[in-house]
Amino acid sequence: MIEIENVHKSFGDLEVVKGVSLTVNKGEVVSIIGGSGSGKSTLLMCINGLEPIQQGSIRVDGTEVHARGTDLNRLRQKIGIVFQQWNAFPHLTVLENVMLAPCKVLGKSKAEAEAMAVRQLESVGLGDKLKVFPGKLSGGQQQRMAIARALAMSPDYMLFDEATSALDPQLVGEVLDTMRMLAEDGMTMVLVTHEIPFAREVSDRVAFFRDGVVHEIGTPDQVIGNPQKPETAAFLKSVI
Amino acid sequence: MFSTGFTLNDLRFMLEGAWVTLLLTFWAILLGTLVGVICGVLRALLPRATIPLAWLLDVFRSVPLLIQFVLFNSLKSIVGLNWSAFTVGCVVLGVYAAAYCTEIVRSGVLAVPLSLRRASRSLGLSYWQDLRHVVLPIATRVSFPGWLNLVLSVMKDTALVMWIGIVELLRASQTIVTRIQEPLLVLCIAGLIYYLMSWVVSRLGVQLEKRWQQND
Repeated sequence: MIEIENVHKSFGDLEVVKGVSLTVNKGEVVSIIGGSGSGKSTLLMCINGLEPIQQGSIRVDGTEVHARGTDLNRLRQKIGIVFQQWNAFPHLTVLENVMLAPCKVLGKSKAEAEAMAVRQLESVGLGDKLKVFPGKLSGGQQQRMAIARALAMSPDYMLFDEATSALDPQLVGEVLDTMRMLAEDGMTMVLVTHEIPFAREVSDRVAFFRDGVVHEIGTPDQVIGNPQKPETAAFLKSVI
Repeated sequence: MFSTGFTLNDLRFMLEGAWVTLLLTFWAILLGTLVGVICGVLRALLPRATIPLAWLLDVFRSVPLLIQFVLFNSLKSIVGLNWSAFTVGCVVLGVYAAAYCTEIVRSGVLAVPLSLRRASRSLGLSYWQDLRHVVLPIATRVSFPGWLNLVLSVMKDTALVMWIGIVELLRASQTIVTRIQEPLLVLCIAGLIYYLMSWVVSRLGVQLEKRWQQND
């Protein structure tokens, strides 16, 4: 369970997240929608401790993320994150990209890590690209590789930070298919996304962010189908 | 008809000088690279704490190499260091190379996108694992062409060690010029030898870069 309580986050004088509270239960898929600059992506970076927070608390399975003694490297093993820019390691093959963390962080043997990596890459449809370097892949393939890389750590949670925003339109579908597959497998997921129809389809709950706070939250049918706040309705109208 | 006083023995003398040039280059680059990599990584990762280091290295980059050779050679005598001229040459050139190498490595490390480092940290890699398995391999590829440039330039800068009495390729050539009075011919030969040595080094570099580029 991810428990976010009254989190404030600033970059210098600019406060981006202004008191967000949100709970994500095990097995739940929560989508965060909202305009740019509303603090959605920043909140994701705070969940696995990539960004410090100024106020409030975030607990993952009861562990305080921003507490002093927290072993962030250990915590991050169970929180996979996929970025907008897929961030493939350019000097490693697709297979090595996926094997790196299981080998170095979990201390798995090469054979074990490879078997696991191959399985993950096959499940995202990259079984024929193992020895290829990421530079030779399309954006969609690189993003699917990034998903496999995160999954190879057997995380309990997956965070997606606008995973399809940097992709050509015709490549968005293949990445969404992979994410849909994960959701159906029961993975606990937090998606920051602009793909409203997709969010409506896979999410258990949808949160609309505005000005660094949760402006409206509920089931997809409530928030997307029948928004109660005029700002939510206006946003949805502008993106669909 | 074309006739010359240049003998095979002269050529052998020049090749011996060329060997000294290669040895000087090798040791200077070895020292310069070791020190430069450490300093460069520190400069990139701890920019504030290492500002004094930057000042120091700036001195070595800004004072002409010839002055450094002569000053260090005199200093050596004053403090009573019992180093050979060859050692002095290697050390001065090495420190000079280290100053440049630091900047090359620093820019290489800074060229690794922060987002890539976030991605590796988000997988659970520690600061050091990220450095070792992601940052440094990528920085190496970025820095390599600049480093190769440094090797070639140090190889030619070794010519300055003749001022502290080492007979390397250029000094050997000058000795022959003094004897046979055919500077054009001798300098052409010396230039050709420098060119061939540089060519081999740069070919090796190009091969390595090609291998890396196949990945992109």
